[in-house]
Amino acid sequence: MREPAPWHVRRGWIAAQIGLAALIAAPFVLTVLDRSYLLPVLTRMLAYALAAAALDLVLGYGGLVSFGHGAFLGTGAYVTGVLLHHAGQGTPVLRWPFEIAGSTDALLAFPAAAIVAGALAFLIGAVSLRTRGVHFIMITLAFAQMVYFLVLAIPEYGGTDGLMLPARNRLLDLSLDGDQPLYWLALVLLVGFLLIAQRIMEARFGLALRGARQNERRMRALGYQVYLIRLLAFTISGAAAGLAGAVLANQAGFVSPDLLSWQRSGELIMMVILGGQGTLFGPVLGAFVLLLLEEELSAVTEHWMLVLGPILLVCVLFFRRGLWGQVSRAPAHG
Amino acid sequence: MDSLLLLEQTLNGLTLGVMLFLMAAGLTLIFGVMDVINLAHGSLYMLGAFAGATVTARTGSFALGVLAGVAASAVIALLLELTLIRRLYARDHLDQVLATYAVILIANESVKIAWGPQPIFLGTPAALAGSIEIIPGVPYPAYRLAIIGAGIFAALFLWWLIARTRLGMLIRAGTTHRAIVQALGVNIQVLFALVFAIGGALAGLAGMMAGPLLAVQVGMGEQILILTFVVVVVGGLGSVRGAMAGALLVGLVDTLSRAVLPAVLRGTLDPSAADQVAANLGAVAVYLLMAVILAIRPQGLFPRHA
Repeated sequence: MREPAPWHVRRGWIAAQIGLAALIAAPFVLTVLDRSYLLPVLTRMLAYALAAAALDLVLGYGGLVSFGHGAFLGTGAYVTGVLLHHAGQGTPVLRWPFEIAGSTDALLAFPAAAIVAGALAFLIGAVSLRTRGVHFIMITLAFAQMVYFLVLAIPEYGGTDGLMLPARNRLLDLSLDGDQPLYWLALVLLVGFLLIAQRIMEARFGLALRGARQNERRMRALGYQVYLIRLLAFTISGAAAGLAGAVLANQAGFVSPDLLSWQRSGELIMMVILGGQGTLFGPVLGAFVLLLLEEELSAVTEHWMLVLGPILLVCVLFFRRGLWGQVSRAPAHG
Repeated sequence: MDSLLLLEQTLNGLTLGVMLFLMAAGLTLIFGVMDVINLAHGSLYMLGAFAGATVTARTGSFALGVLAGVAASAVIALLLELTLIRRLYARDHLDQVLATYAVILIANESVKIAWGPQPIFLGTPAALAGSIEIIPGVPYPAYRLAIIGAGIFAALFLWWLIARTRLGMLIRAGTTHRAIVQALGVNIQVLFALVFAIGGALAGLAGMMAGPLLAVQVGMGEQILILTFVVVVVGGLGSVRGAMAGALLVGLVDTLSRAVLPAVLRGTLDPSAADQVAANLGAVAVYLLMAVILAIRPQGLFPRHA
């Protein structure tokens, strides 16, 4: 017989379930209120929530401050975009060494986005994880910048102008053209990721990852392959961020190199910290709050960053546990 | 590519390397002594350029502009240390990254309000506007030579400061045995503030020198900041010598790869596409260099505690 979870954990679950119920009700409520045009905004928030939760795996649980997750987000978006682009043009994506045709199939594009972004994360992680602390921050930032310039170097994909997409993906026979199908897809991906990630972080692998954050030497002495554990976490995180990118590409009908930029990586970190690192649900909340703040502030003033900056400063200096920490006042992981 | 062009591009690479060194030296000193990662270092560079360009435009004197740029960056760095950075010494690197990232947002937006979103013009000073024949028949812009000269001077000054003065001794001691320096009764707060101001002054100098070559505009700080990160990672964080080696290496690789690639690619692609591809692939070369060096020496070329 397991002991009942402590009250703060249960409070967290209740808050998460209320949030989920609200998200499920949202499309219907918006339709009734005649505000359906807001649904794409919510879809975008869901995608960023997924990316922020993905970053939380390495940043919050692993204690590895990746300043390059924009690269994985953008890569996922570009993979989806490129497949759609070539499907529209009727040209192959790759002629050599083997031919890859363009595709509008979501069942192909989304896994491809995750796999390519994950593979990239594996490569970048393999080099970056050899270093610690500040080095790691700078190196992930630099590698993300490298990916940014690599993508800009391909003339066919629009360079700094970005890539307009001819259509959205199709899921089986269903086109994702409407606002609702894409919203549900984004919600399913987010909830699916959260459930899986939650399980992984409570399992042996997650405990080892968190242990390595607290005391790497001890974990090594206990026989854990700290480097491999971190590399796997980094890869999973990159792949999930790639999925989020695929959703964003579909939502906007456009892929901008801006997604790969270091500002995007910075925003993802902001979301994680604003919401509360090492909590998974916190970064989701953080993504919603940050995007909402940006929307609202940019409607009020052109110089909204002048407001956002001090808010961020105050959060860093005084509210270290983030918003989620105010909901479920659990001791922060790590 | 003929050897004269190669010589010219090498000098261009040195120019970039010198500016990177000024940035990297400040960043690496601040990290070495205070264990702080300062993303807003690029903002100090930007503010130096804007302040200097404004004073140059008002007075017509580039020298006064340089002085104003250096002074403005040093003062702003000092204020930043006193109000914010001081609270971050005991925090982890993540908090430092976020707080200084917030400073970037605030600095960029403030500059946009004060000077407008358009780049402002900063001309080459009249005395350095011409070119000098470095070897007979090969002219090279005097201003760029002056930058290289100023960089060498700054590097020598920094060496003298660190190796030959009491302040330098405290800085060296601070990087290796911080707690003991404090226990010996050194006023560590004053030392930290001074180091931060020195870093700010160097960044302001770099920004002002870059002004006539690159556009003085919002966001200029972040462009060079990321390259500076590559420099300190390649050179080894906390080591001024490493910053020197890394800066020259990165400056040369960046400039030469951008110069060589278009010629190579023009053979296979049409010219306009070749330029776009080459410009961006040239930027990639620096990061590849970093990856290779890290794969061999994860702590950089000159590790701090070697």
